Amino acid sequence: MWQKVYTWLDERLGLGDMYTALLDRPEPRGNWWNTLGSASLFLFLLQTATGIFLTVYYTPSPDHAYDSIQYIMTGVAFGWLIRGIHHWGASLMIIVVFIHMLRVFFTASYKYPRELTWLVGIGLLLMTIGMGFTGYLLPWHQMAFWATTVGTQIAGSVPFIGDFILKALRGGPDLSALTLQRFFAAHIWMLPAVLLALIGAHLYLIIKHGESHFPGKDD
Amino acid sequence: MSGSNHLSRRDFIKFTTGAVGGIITVGIGLPAVGFLVDPALKESKAGKPIAIGKLEEIPVGKPYPFSFTITRVNGWERTAANYGGFVLRKSADPKDILILSSRCTHLGCTVNWNESANAYLCPCHDAKFSVQGEVLDGPPPIPLRHFNFTIEDGVVVIVPVEIGQEG
Repeated sequence: MWQKVYTWLDERLGLGDMYTALLDRPEPRGNWWNTLGSASLFLFLLQTATGIFLTVYYTPSPDHAYDSIQYIMTGVAFGWLIRGIHHWGASLMIIVVFIHMLRVFFTASYKYPRELTWLVGIGLLLMTIGMGFTGYLLPWHQMAFWATTVGTQIAGSVPFIGDFILKALRGGPDLSALTLQRFFAAHIWMLPAVLLALIGAHLYLIIKHGESHFPGKDD
Repeated sequence: MSGSNHLSRRDFIKFTTGAVGGIITVGIGLPAVGFLVDPALKESKAGKPIAIGKLEEIPVGKPYPFSFTITRVNGWERTAANYGGFVLRKSADPKDILILSSRCTHLGCTVNWNESANAYLCPCHDAKFSVQGEVLDGPPPIPLRHFNFTIEDGVVVIVPVEIGQEG
């Protein structure tokens, strides 16, 4: 029965081919350092899932942001768990993405024909850091407020266009309700959209070229 | 391989990946469902009794409208909700009182007393209730709900919980 259903679907979707291309592709002899990309992808999915759930209660307004998070932590069943995973997962994702980049650099995996994979990876790193920067403001406590004050001030120190960048980031000269709202929009819509597109490109390139061999003594 | 109990490295990895993935999915999935439906599982507390008027000011035989506000804490915010109803003194006896809720039993609109129709009329779907709250016409499944009350020092005090024949 299930065999029939599977065969019917496989004929139309090519499930078997997909499995071979995605999961059963030939791999060079590797080690645990080769798993960091998958770990980054897993953390991205975890952050997406917990982040979506957090938006059920979180309110991006200066009047309610802090209180809504207090409510998530103390009033909602498993709120501490969902937010805890999102909070620690965020730091972990930055770390894992960064070590992944170092691994690719030290094994020279960015070289021909994988230069574009590396360039897309730079975009992924920047987007991940952007997620961290915008997410940091959302709790709207003292640490979040002043960290973003400092962060946007640093961006504002760019010669000539610094003032414009600062105002564009803050949505005006001050850190305000507009800042919180646009950081929220960036955090849940814009950056994830770009991140998702770049992840798609990154994965396509990895499947297209396969993973690189570890350099041997002759290389 | 076949016929023996030996588990190949490949199958072991497949099985372990599936098992760990399953544990993580359930471990996060179940709390996530609890997180989502949590507000539906919380009991709402019964409000404090509310004084709605002096007995001597309420006429006998004619519905006397009243309203009150209940402030509840919903999540991180206090929400004020308006409720209303009608006090009907059936006779001069201070105990012979019926206090009806003005919330229509059909879909929750507010009914109004209409003198010429001698009925409570609901503006939403033309429901019609008698002065005692029974359904005269329209879609409501049950009569208007009522409030329990006490008389304290000549003042009518209600328990703000609607009572009705649910079903």
